[in-house]
Amino acid sequence: MAGSFFSFTRLRAQFIKEVLSVLRDPRSRMVVFVPPILQLLVFAFAATLEVRNVEIAVYSQDGGQWSHELVQRLDSARFIRRVHRVDDPQRMHAMIDRGEVIAALSIPGDFSRAIAAGGSGKVQVLVDGRRSNSGQITVAYLSAIAADVGAEVTPGAQAPAPAVTRHWFNPNLTYRWFIVPGLTGILALFSSLLITSLSIARERELGTFDQLLVSPTSTPEIIVSKSLPALAIGTALGLFMVAAGVFGFGIPFTGSFALLLASLVLFIASVVGIGLMISAVSMTQQQAILGAFAIGVPAVLMSGFATPVENMPLVLQWLAQAIPLTHFLVIVEGSFLKALPPGEALASLWPLALIALATLSLATFFVRGRLQ
Amino acid sequence: MSVASERSVAPELRRFDLQRLLALVLKESRQALRDPSTLLIAFVLPVVLLLLFAYAVSLDAKDVRVGVVLESPGATAQELAAAFSGTRFLDVRFAHDRREVEDALVSGALRGYVVIPQDFEQRLAQRGHEPLVQIVTDGSYPNTANYVDNYARGVVQAWRAGLEVGAPPQPVVLEPRFWFNPELESRRALIPGAIAIVMTIIGTMLTALVVAREWERGTMEAVLSTPASVAEILIGKLLPYFVLGMASTLGAAALAVFAFDVPLRGSLAALLLLSAVFMVPALGQGLLISSLARNQFLAAQIALFTGFLPAFMLSGFLYEIDAMPAPIRMATRIVPARYFVSSLKTVFLAGDIWAVFLPNLAAMAAIGALFFLIAKRATRKSLE
Repeated sequence: MAGSFFSFTRLRAQFIKEVLSVLRDPRSRMVVFVPPILQLLVFAFAATLEVRNVEIAVYSQDGGQWSHELVQRLDSARFIRRVHRVDDPQRMHAMIDRGEVIAALSIPGDFSRAIAAGGSGKVQVLVDGRRSNSGQITVAYLSAIAADVGAEVTPGAQAPAPAVTRHWFNPNLTYRWFIVPGLTGILALFSSLLITSLSIARERELGTFDQLLVSPTSTPEIIVSKSLPALAIGTALGLFMVAAGVFGFGIPFTGSFALLLASLVLFIASVVGIGLMISAVSMTQQQAILGAFAIGVPAVLMSGFATPVENMPLVLQWLAQAIPLTHFLVIVEGSFLKALPPGEALASLWPLALIALATLSLATFFVRGRLQ
Repeated sequence: MSVASERSVAPELRRFDLQRLLALVLKESRQALRDPSTLLIAFVLPVVLLLLFAYAVSLDAKDVRVGVVLESPGATAQELAAAFSGTRFLDVRFAHDRREVEDALVSGALRGYVVIPQDFEQRLAQRGHEPLVQIVTDGSYPNTANYVDNYARGVVQAWRAGLEVGAPPQPVVLEPRFWFNPELESRRALIPGAIAIVMTIIGTMLTALVVAREWERGTMEAVLSTPASVAEILIGKLLPYFVLGMASTLGAAALAVFAFDVPLRGSLAALLLLSAVFMVPALGQGLLISSLARNQFLAAQIALFTGFLPAFMLSGFLYEIDAMPAPIRMATRIVPARYFVSSLKTVFLAGDIWAVFLPNLAAMAAIGALFFLIAKRATRKSLE
């Protein structure tokens, strides 16, 4: 009986069978690899919180020099696609209501006169609060334009600029440099989570699980053979996307590749553990998929990808520490842009290792429970 | 073969029959409600998602951790530093040397720092072209970096404005007013959008799985060979999920209004109409995916990559469509969630603006009709 506990021949056979069950069908082969890569391409360009190509309305009651100057500067501003000149306030309000413009400037009749008299010309800016983030950025851009006009009014008495800003790691704040490394983690997570969560559930739904039970295969063999394919596929996918980020998108990779690889494997391993747990408690494939979804979506939302972890309330920040993606994101973003030193990487690697250990042992426990 | 012959033998049996439809709806509803995972997705996940969108997903950078490096020993520099610690948006840590904060920026302990230089007093007095302070941000989080930059500049500007009492006023002053969301809470814009995500999950994901399972197990062929017509079978399958989706929307809307303080400025009728019309493309897409995939793993993957993720990323829910490159802006036009998100934000925050709703309703209905047409063709083909 001693030999029956763990046999490499059997493990190998079992592993090949599992890989085949995922990759045998040409359609599922395609679905494992093609959509994540397509998504990377589309979302790399789509996911941006920058403000570009917006439209603005201007309702000017002032025919003077300074309103003319202001509108001209708006016309040539790079973030604005089109400036709509409207001549009644109703129309301006309607354009905001309909979401045709993100902001509308209302220039009063005494604007130029007030400036010429040495006072302040006040411009009312109506902003579409449905787009609160972009609205705030738009107002910041508009303020810079207003300051430029102001500088023209009194060229001599110019006060020094309040500040000069340098953005480290990403001087032009290219959003893609943040999104692509993050997507690497998210797409690898969903792929490996789905593959593992279906592994046992599919056998159970199709009735082959009983066959597995009466075969000489032991529990550790089943678990190893069920996790290895997803581990291999997830890691390969992750590596491919890292390569796409570096060579396709030209994002600087400044950190250590070995460290990134180690954390990628640990990250996928912890996801595989979660997938196996879901699979062990699911009776059908549908339950497994929906379970994977119900775990995966909140995990992604809390990981700091969509919005930073530090904006969350404290309790959720703690909870976010239990999500493997949170730690992987710190490492992958840092490895790309920040030349993350090994000491800092370790600070995120050990929680990742801990989570992997926890999910994999829990998975073993759950699967063993199923087997008995 | 037997299917084809039966169809030619008894065409009158394949006509629409309300009683048969009722029986089918009943059967499908029971089947749907029996499975705990359906209830998990329809009622638990929406609550979790709304909670997360209310509390976890926030673009409002509050208490951003920022360092202030005080290189100048002067009194005015001290005052400016004090002004930084007084702002409620920044969580300030003081240092006297840049090296102390540089490492913190790499580790992510700080999101930026402000250097008040040694010759700060001179710069202030000279009115030259040397900027007063230097702001360094962690560009690896671009949105936060923008906030750090804007807040820090704001602090310096406000401080200086308070300093120069006799100075000439700013020639051009902007007075921004944020309509619909004067408190600028990103949650108010995000939660209505989250309802679109929830409905996409129920409509597309769940339907794709349920119908794909029938194909995978071969029970779809069995149902198709019964006297019931294709239309009856499809309506029978979809109606329960339609009802489930609407119930879940109502629940989510109630939660948004009563628990999360999101105003519903439009009418409930408009909200229901918009949701009902959105269910058409959502269900149509689910049906289409299942009839093309016919296998639950495939269906789940396709639903994830063509339904959920586009609804999340290409709908204008979180990321602005305006800022996307032109080809992707074009692609967003076939994402039904895009039209629903813009309508939802309007019905909740702005009111019943039919100039927004009508084109959106038309677009959703058209996309839905297209999905159903293709799905019907794909289903019929399988019988021959």
